Amino acid sequence: MASSINRLVRKIREINHRYSKPHIEMTPLVKISLMALRVYLLLIVGLIIYKFVVTLSAGQIQ
Amino acid sequence: MDLFSRLYYKLRRYWKAIRLYLVIAGPGLVVMVADNDAGGITTYAATGAKYGFNLIWFLLILIPVAYYVQEMTVRLGAVTKRGHAEAIFDGFGAFWGWFSLIDLMIVDWLTLVTEFIGMTSALSIFGVAPWITVVGVVTLMGIIVINGRYWTWEKIALLFCTLNLIYIPAAFMVHPSVSDIFKDGLIPNFPGGFNGELFFILMANIGTTIAPWMLFFQQSAVVDKGMLEKDIPWGKFDTLVGSIFTVVVAVFIVILTGAVLKGVAVDDAAQAASLLMKTNHYVGAFMAIGLFDAGLLGAICISLASSWAFGEIFGWAHSLNQKIKEAPWFYITYFLTLITAGLVVLIPGAPLVLITLFVQVVAVTLLPAALVFLILLLNDKKHMGEYCNSLTENLIGGFIVMAIVILSTLYGVSIMFPKLFN
Repeated sequence: MASSINRLVRKIREINHRYSKPHIEMTPLVKISLMALRVYLLLIVGLIIYKFVVTLSAGQIQ
Repeated sequence: MDLFSRLYYKLRRYWKAIRLYLVIAGPGLVVMVADNDAGGITTYAATGAKYGFNLIWFLLILIPVAYYVQEMTVRLGAVTKRGHAEAIFDGFGAFWGWFSLIDLMIVDWLTLVTEFIGMTSALSIFGVAPWITVVGVVTLMGIIVINGRYWTWEKIALLFCTLNLIYIPAAFMVHPSVSDIFKDGLIPNFPGGFNGELFFILMANIGTTIAPWMLFFQQSAVVDKGMLEKDIPWGKFDTLVGSIFTVVVAVFIVILTGAVLKGVAVDDAAQAASLLMKTNHYVGAFMAIGLFDAGLLGAICISLASSWAFGEIFGWAHSLNQKIKEAPWFYITYFLTLITAGLVVLIPGAPLVLITLFVQVVAVTLLPAALVFLILLLNDKKHMGEYCNSLTENLIGGFIVMAIVILSTLYGVSIMFPKLFN
């Protein structure tokens, strides 16, 4: 079990290393798009978490 | 004589083209028909029951929407020989790669649960116990992939695609008014005015047309099939045929429920099938069979989309052309996703309604990201070369992507906060 987890962690590190740098040309348009995506995701994930907390505290989860 | 020989050669040429298409056909057709999954059938049934034939024109608009988005995955897959997950990792780095992969895994698994909900409720109409459905489906899907050939899997999937056409005879059997279909359905209109309820239905229809797993699935299928740059025109044609096919089926579902159940509140497709049975037993049975087929086809494709994506990133063998011994992790991921999703449906009191709604909400976190990455990757001249997006393709694709992002986000928000648009 422990060796399997170690292997998985090693594999994930290897993947992170392999894809550490983006290979697409970072033009201003790409940079703006990725920044907009980050902002969008922060907002939408924030909304989902807020809704989840509200639903949970109201005891509405069936 | 001259006329006959010319006709003969012309027919031979067409036949050759059809045969060539049948060889290339697959990813585009399968992904598009699988898009009419259990959730999709429910959306179309509810659309017809609520608004009759009035929104058929809107469904027709979705043909180019689905085509332009999905054809980009054909080009990307055929040129880079990489699946969508690997393309994102390579193009945008590990952060965006992990985000997409984990999000895809969650969305796919939840969607798979909804497919099982659809399949079990469809067969329960015929008195089949849910556990028998789950065991039967997992066994059937095991048999389909276990033979170790992409070609066989694809042709079996295409067979299930043809079963999707069952809604067409069902619609004819209820004798809808053709003049009403043309009069109400083909002229753009907003029945009852543009209000929150209508907006929700329109967004739901868009949401079922483009799903995140479709991008990952088609690109990986193109790679697994071994399509090359020279196959791109056929791949595009296949996608076009698929997008027309899927919308035609959707239109017939709307005609069916619009003709018989107009004004009835339909919450899910199984309920629609039960209601239709009261009018015409065979029509209701067709609806239930179609729902089961839709769920099965959705499950076949969705479980593969995850397995392919994980295989690409973790470097496991990940092809349907490999046997279980050659690609153990690919098949373990496939069966694990499938079995766990099936088991959830069997848990007494499982929050199935909540899961169904949650799928749509989580999907809006992945869909915009996947679509933005798609457009950016298609503009990467270094990798795409002459298959890069042209200005026209960027304008069309960009407009569609922006519209989908805005509408799917509003859809997700409206599910979370239902009173917001009323």
